[in-house]
Amino acid sequence: MHMLYMIFIDPFVQMGAAPDLLAQTLWEGLVAGVLYALIALGFVLIFKASGVFNFAQGIMVVFAALTLVGLYAHGVPAFLALALTIGVMFLLAMAVERFVLRPLVNQPEIILFMATFGLTYILIGSGELIFGGDPKLMISDQLLLPGGAYQIKMLGGFVQMQKIDIAAAIIASLMVATLAVFFQRTRIGRALRAVADSHRAALSVGISLEYIWVVVWFAAGVVALATGIMWGARSNVSFALEVIALKALPVLILGGFTSIPGAIVGGVIIGIGEKMGEFYWGPLFGSGIEEWFAYVIALIFLLFRPQGLFGERIIERI
Amino acid sequence: MFYREAGQFKTSYRSDQALFPILQDKIGIVLLLAVAFIGVPLTASEFVIDSFITPILILSLAAIGLNLLTGYTGLLSLGTGAFMGVGAFSCYKLTTFFPGVNIIVLIICSGFFAAAAGIVFGLPSLRIKGFYLTVATLAAQFFLSWCFIRVPWLYNYNISASIEVPERMLFGIPVTGPTATVITRYLIVLTIVSVMTWLASNLIRGRIGRTWMAVRDMDIAAELIGIKLYPTKLLAFAVSSFYCGVAGAMLVFLYLGNAESESFSINQSFLVLFMVIIGGLGSLLGSFFGAALIYGLPIVLRMVKEGLGIPVTSATLEHVNFIVLGTLIILFLIAEPAGLARLWQIGKQKLRVWPFPY
Repeated sequence: MHMLYMIFIDPFVQMGAAPDLLAQTLWEGLVAGVLYALIALGFVLIFKASGVFNFAQGIMVVFAALTLVGLYAHGVPAFLALALTIGVMFLLAMAVERFVLRPLVNQPEIILFMATFGLTYILIGSGELIFGGDPKLMISDQLLLPGGAYQIKMLGGFVQMQKIDIAAAIIASLMVATLAVFFQRTRIGRALRAVADSHRAALSVGISLEYIWVVVWFAAGVVALATGIMWGARSNVSFALEVIALKALPVLILGGFTSIPGAIVGGVIIGIGEKMGEFYWGPLFGSGIEEWFAYVIALIFLLFRPQGLFGERIIERI
Repeated sequence: MFYREAGQFKTSYRSDQALFPILQDKIGIVLLLAVAFIGVPLTASEFVIDSFITPILILSLAAIGLNLLTGYTGLLSLGTGAFMGVGAFSCYKLTTFFPGVNIIVLIICSGFFAAAAGIVFGLPSLRIKGFYLTVATLAAQFFLSWCFIRVPWLYNYNISASIEVPERMLFGIPVTGPTATVITRYLIVLTIVSVMTWLASNLIRGRIGRTWMAVRDMDIAAELIGIKLYPTKLLAFAVSSFYCGVAGAMLVFLYLGNAESESFSINQSFLVLFMVIIGGLGSLLGSFFGAALIYGLPIVLRMVKEGLGIPVTSATLEHVNFIVLGTLIILFLIAEPAGLARLWQIGKQKLRVWPFPY
């Protein structure tokens, strides 16, 4: 009885008693959610266009951030380093297409999935070999990202908002908007959607798969770079960040593998759910429920919608 | 020339469907077992047995477990590490409660606990398919590893949060704990792995294995020909987790000696998945090849480095290892996406027709 009270009544009493804390928790959840959504976005881009479940997306985030910070540490000016990092991500996209995707074309999904594991290992090894494995500070000041925080007086208390979080939210929305326009309005975007629908049909109307793959992997790389800058500004840049990729997976199944809005909405749901769970229900179970709470949320949603919230309806034929 | 089945006529379905229909294969397996049971303990050094053969055998069993689920039933799971952990921790609790019971019986029993966990986390498999299910199995991985840390009852409130294997006797010989000899433990592992591999090979050649493969190839079609999807998938989860659980219990009790939740983390799941895919999906023999390659490769790389005498720090070595492993995975996939088992088959086929090309 006490347990039931603690699970179903007490957290809500707490929420009512301290609305400012609730608002703070919601805000933090929202920000975390936006960042999860950014990683999920990278996954979705690649999955849509090539059907590859890219496990390396999380490590691409770390790799991009490390390259940026590492170049700056070698004396390259901040914005030049940013441009160079984008260049590196382009080279990476070319290399992946040439040496991984092209030889493995027409293989089962699981083989391509496995290949991205190999890619993950290569990126971990080379990233640490070149830039060292110790945590580094993100150069957020040099990139003109705001620091500090706003204290907003509301609901009888204060809610603290880090400026970098607000910037992250804005940049994420801009990026999603750009991608949406890119997908809907441009020639390449149309080609991408065609490839997503059917590789063979796209080939037969003269769309070059190789070209499209480089474009999506490059887009995913740029998304990874943005994610890396944002995550890096909140904590340090190190390979510990790779666990966030695993955090992004529930977002992915919640939103659906093929939907960009799904990634965003899923990210926000998971982010808020996770922070609320940790804050209000966490003490009941002992700390650390963040690790699996997101998966439980995602699983509950999946039981009702097996293709995720926004995924394309699964139609099966014999 | 020697490996040829010409003249070996089958006069009954029974002999045609035997596990090894060709005489040379029968001789080969008998020789292999003889070497493994008698030759290796007599000749190989304890170092080789302890650092290569025993762990590879144990991991092969885990890979067989995952192969039953992923390779034969087509359900990709990333919860292997957690299911191995369930086996290990339940074996530990069992031997705490029943110290007098034969430890091998307990190792096998702990598989049933893992099977129960597998069924629970396999429940979403009817509605969720493909990579969605893969991510859903990650829920099992993270929830169970969390339990291994946060439920102190599981490790008997040990302060270091790890389980330490107590000494257990079998016919007066210590088989677990620090006093058990390498050879004893090797022989027990070998026996369990051989018996369970034999059982698995019979399972997949029979009705159950055929329903699994039908579900793998196309589940709607399988349903239309009268296979009940839900029990079939759950059975696959149960059997697969049983194998993983036994492997996990053996890993701790007969090899590591002590373990904590870290031994059954997501990385373990990934490693077993690599073994299955590199070895060959849907091949028991491939599971052994994959385990040997994935487990042995880093050790061999380290030895090569030491042998060449290149002065590198251990950190650099670690990174180079990562790069080499990643590159090899991709190269293997490009060279032979069907896995090492396929290479073996090609070799066998070549041997049959040798010295002619076809």
